[in-house]
Amino acid sequence: MSAVPSSYAGVVPMNSPGTYLNWGVIHISLANVIVIVLMLVVFALALVLPFPGRKR
Amino acid sequence: MTAQPGDERMWTARLRRRAVDTLPPDKLLPDRQPAYVASWIYVFGVATLAALLVVLASGGVLALFGPQWYHTSTVGRFVNSLHLWSVELFFFAMVVHLWGKFFMAAWRGRRAMTWITGAIAFLGSIATAFTGYVLQSNFDSQWISTQAKDGLNSVGIGAWFNVLDYGQMLMFHIALLPAVLGFIVVWHVLLVRRRGVVPPYATDAEILDTAPDAEATAPEPTAPAPTEAARSDEVAS
Repeated sequence: MSAVPSSYAGVVPMNSPGTYLNWGVIHISLANVIVIVLMLVVFALALVLPFPGRKR
Repeated sequence: MTAQPGDERMWTARLRRRAVDTLPPDKLLPDRQPAYVASWIYVFGVATLAALLVVLASGGVLALFGPQWYHTSTVGRFVNSLHLWSVELFFFAMVVHLWGKFFMAAWRGRRAMTWITGAIAFLGSIATAFTGYVLQSNFDSQWISTQAKDGLNSVGIGAWFNVLDYGQMLMFHIALLPAVLGFIVVWHVLLVRRRGVVPPYATDAEILDTAPDAEATAPEPTAPAPTEAARSDEVAS
């Protein structure tokens, strides 16, 4: 497979090993942590943001 | 074609009556939804379905043109990426949907089977996505399949399939698992339509206001329904 085009590689270093975080027995990639945090943020926003067109 | 005497006893008529009784058209495609559905947390179920449709459509195009096309041409790589990223969005929306329904206790009010089919669809989606990740024909897929092979063998189910067998995983990914998943998802959606969207928890004040004195001492075994005012205050879907 060819390497990721350089235009992408400038934004995210996709041609190097991923970054992993370690806390004791927990071993998780930074990408997965970012996605989990994003899901939590979206979940919280879905609970508090007003829905368009809602009367009350 | 006019109906003949006795037609109503034919199996076709009985099946038709049963289908309409089970899923009345106004429940299958309602014009309005209860007022409580006007919240962002209720959006993630249909967002999951929308992402699934993109997954299926892009997967269909990939199957039509084949790996020579989607690994080498510009449009092919775009569709391949569309397939991958719609799967990521599918899981993102499904997990938020799962959290929302978990904290609403969405199995209340005779909705246990809706919850169960949703949970099975979630697990089936993981299996289907896994078989897709091992088909990428790169070092990533090689790593995933060899690690999964050890994991599956360690839990004693490695004899049933071989995740290093590209042909078998391709058939699992494009035929077997999508058919099973599609059936479960349709079942889940029909149950949502039949039982309705789960209402939010009633507040203590609403329970006290609506509960008759005779029932005040015995707690409701299923979900306390929202007040009649909230039910009738419907919004257009």
